[in-house]
Amino acid sequence: MIIVDTANHIAALAAKMAKPHVIAAYPITPQTTIVERLAEYVEKGELNAEYIRVESEHSAMAACIAAAATGARTFTATSSHGLLLMHEMLHWAGLARLPVVMVNVNRAIGPGWNIWSDLNDSLAQRDTGWIQFYASSNQEVFDSVIQAYKIAENEEILLPAMVSYDGFILSHTSMPVEVPEQSKIDEFLPDFKPGWILDVENPITHGNIVPPEPYMEIRYSMQKAMEKAKKVIEEIGEEYGKKFGREYGLVEEYRCEDADYVIVAMAAMAAEAKVAVDELRQKGEKVGLLKLRTFRPFPHERLKHDKMIVIDRDICPGLGGIVYNEIKGNGSEIYGFIAGLGGVDVSYKDIERMYELAKEGKEGWYPTEVK
Amino acid sequence: MEIEAKSHPLDRYLRAERIPHIWCPGCGLGTVLNCFLHALEETNINLKNLAVVSGIGCTGRVAGYINVDSYHTTHGRAIPFATGLKLANPKLKVVVFSGDGDLFAIGGNHFIHAARRNIDMTVICVNNYNYGMTGGQLGPTTPLEARTTTAPYGNIEHPFNLCHVAAASGAVYVARWTSLHVRRLKESMKEALNKKGFSFVEIIAPCPTAFGRRNKEPTGLETLKYYKEHSVIKHGIDPAEADIEMGGDIIVGKFVDIEKPTFDEAVHELIKKARK
Repeated sequence: MIIVDTANHIAALAAKMAKPHVIAAYPITPQTTIVERLAEYVEKGELNAEYIRVESEHSAMAACIAAAATGARTFTATSSHGLLLMHEMLHWAGLARLPVVMVNVNRAIGPGWNIWSDLNDSLAQRDTGWIQFYASSNQEVFDSVIQAYKIAENEEILLPAMVSYDGFILSHTSMPVEVPEQSKIDEFLPDFKPGWILDVENPITHGNIVPPEPYMEIRYSMQKAMEKAKKVIEEIGEEYGKKFGREYGLVEEYRCEDADYVIVAMAAMAAEAKVAVDELRQKGEKVGLLKLRTFRPFPHERLKHDKMIVIDRDICPGLGGIVYNEIKGNGSEIYGFIAGLGGVDVSYKDIERMYELAKEGKEGWYPTEVK
Repeated sequence: MEIEAKSHPLDRYLRAERIPHIWCPGCGLGTVLNCFLHALEETNINLKNLAVVSGIGCTGRVAGYINVDSYHTTHGRAIPFATGLKLANPKLKVVVFSGDGDLFAIGGNHFIHAARRNIDMTVICVNNYNYGMTGGQLGPTTPLEARTTTAPYGNIEHPFNLCHVAAASGAVYVARWTSLHVRRLKESMKEALNKKGFSFVEIIAPCPTAFGRRNKEPTGLETLKYYKEHSVIKHGIDPAEADIEMGGDIIVGKFVDIEKPTFDEAVHELIKKARK
C-alpha cells in the first residue's frame, strides 16, 4: 500500500508496525508529531503498548532502558536538546546492551535557539555505543526503523539503534511511502527474544560496581559487537531487499563506477546531492555520490575513492567537519565543506558549486569562507 | 477619527524590535506580561538591577521581549541559571518567568530545591495546563479527564497543585490568580517582587490553540468567562485545598506570606564568618 505522509507520521507508523511493548516519550519540536501519533494509536487500541508520558527526555530513555531490561521491545523519539539531555542514558543503554530503538529528528543546538536541521545533535552521540542510521527519504525512514529493531535485537549485536533524519526537510514533508502488510513485517521481524531478562522468578542484579578488568571486557565486547554489526546491517538490509524490494547497506553508491570525484553526504543533503550528480553528469562531469547511511559503525572500508568531496551539516569546533575528519587520512584526496548549519538551505546548485570549488582545490565553510 | 499612538507608557520595558510577539490570539501571556510590567513600574525597581530568566515554551519567550538583562535558558533550567545569577551578584533582583511544563516537569526538581533553600527570587509561573508550544501535550498540570494530543481520550494522571507544591517545599510567598484578575495579579506580583526569599505567583491562563480547542473552550474569551464564573477568592487557606479540576471552581488568592532566612543571606554570612 502506498501512503503519502510526513516522515514523522511514517516513523510513528513504522514503530507501530514493529509492535513495541513500551513507548516513553516527551514532546520536542520537530519530533512531537511522532509521539502524538503513537499516543493516538495506543488510545484507539490499534497498538497494544504501554505509553508513558514522562517528565523529560532523560526519563524517557531511563524508562525505555528499564523496560528493555525486562525483555520488552521499546521505542522513543526525540530531537536536539532532548537527545542531549538523554546523553547519560544513551551510554547506559549502550553499555547495558539493550536494543532500544529511537528516532531522532535532527535539529540544531542552542543558543541561539533554532529548530531547523543540523546533524550535530546525533553526531555528538557517536561515542555512546548506539548504531546510527541516517535517512534521506520518508521511505528510508520507514524501512530503517523496521530494520533497526532486527539489527539491534540480533543476538550477536544487542546494541541500541537510532534512526535520524532532518527536521522539517523530512519530518514535516509528505512523500509517498510503500508500506508492507503487517503480516510481512511480522515475518521479517519476529518477537524480541532477549538473552536475559529481569525476572522475579530468577533474580539477577543489574548495574553493579565492576572492577577494572571486567569493565574493560564489557567495552571490548561492545566494540566487537559494533564491528560485527557492519556485516549484520548488510545481511539484514539484503534480506529486507529480497522481501520488500528495497535493499539497504552501510552506504549507497550512486553513479560512482567511473567517477573521478565522489561526493560524500548523509541525510537529506544526500538526496539533494543526487540531483547535483545528475546535473553535473549531464554537463559531462564524472562525479558520483556516496550516501553514508550508517555513521556508527563507521564504514571506513567503503570510503576508498581516490577523490572525495565531503559535505558536513555539522561542525566539531576546533577540528572541523565531523564526517570529514572520520575519513581524513585514509590516503584519498579529500575536500571538506561545512554547509547548511542551523537549517541554512543547501540546494543542488550549491552542491554543484562545491564540486566546482573542490576541482579548483578549494574547501571550507560554504559559502562564507572557501579557500 | 483615527487615533495614532506614538508611544505607550510601558514602551521602555519592551524590546520593540522583537514585537509583534509569537503568542496566539486569546492566549493569556500578553495580559500576564502587561501586569508584570505594571508591577515593575509601580514598585520602582531599578531596571539595571533586574534580571529575568525564562525556560522553554511560550512563556519562555518573555525573556526575549522584556528590555532588561534576560536569559532564555534550556528546558527546565531557568531556576538553576537564576540561582547562579543571584549567588554571584546578590544585589540583583532575579525573576524567573516560565511555564508549568518547564518549571514543574523537566525542571521540577530545581523548583522544589530552590524553594527549600529559600533562595531570594520571584518565580512567576503561567499555567495553561499543557505543553502549548509543541502543540498541546499532556503535562504535570493537566487536570484529570482533560484531553490533550497525548491523552486523546482524557487524562488519567493526577496533576500537581502548584501552590501546594510551592508551599510544601518552603516558599515564603505563594499566590494564585487567573489572567482575568489583572489588578489583583499585579498587586501580588508587586508583593512577590518586594518579598525577601522564594516567592511564587501562579497564573492560570487560557491556551485556546493547544488546550482550549480540545476541551470545549475554543476561544480565550470563553475561558475568561469560565474564570469569571468559577474563580473563588480564598486568602490564607491551606493551598492543599486548592486542587484544580475540570469543571470545578478555581480557588485563587494569597495562600502563604511568611518570613524565613534566605539561602543567599546565610551563604554570604557564612563566608564572612569563615574569613574572620
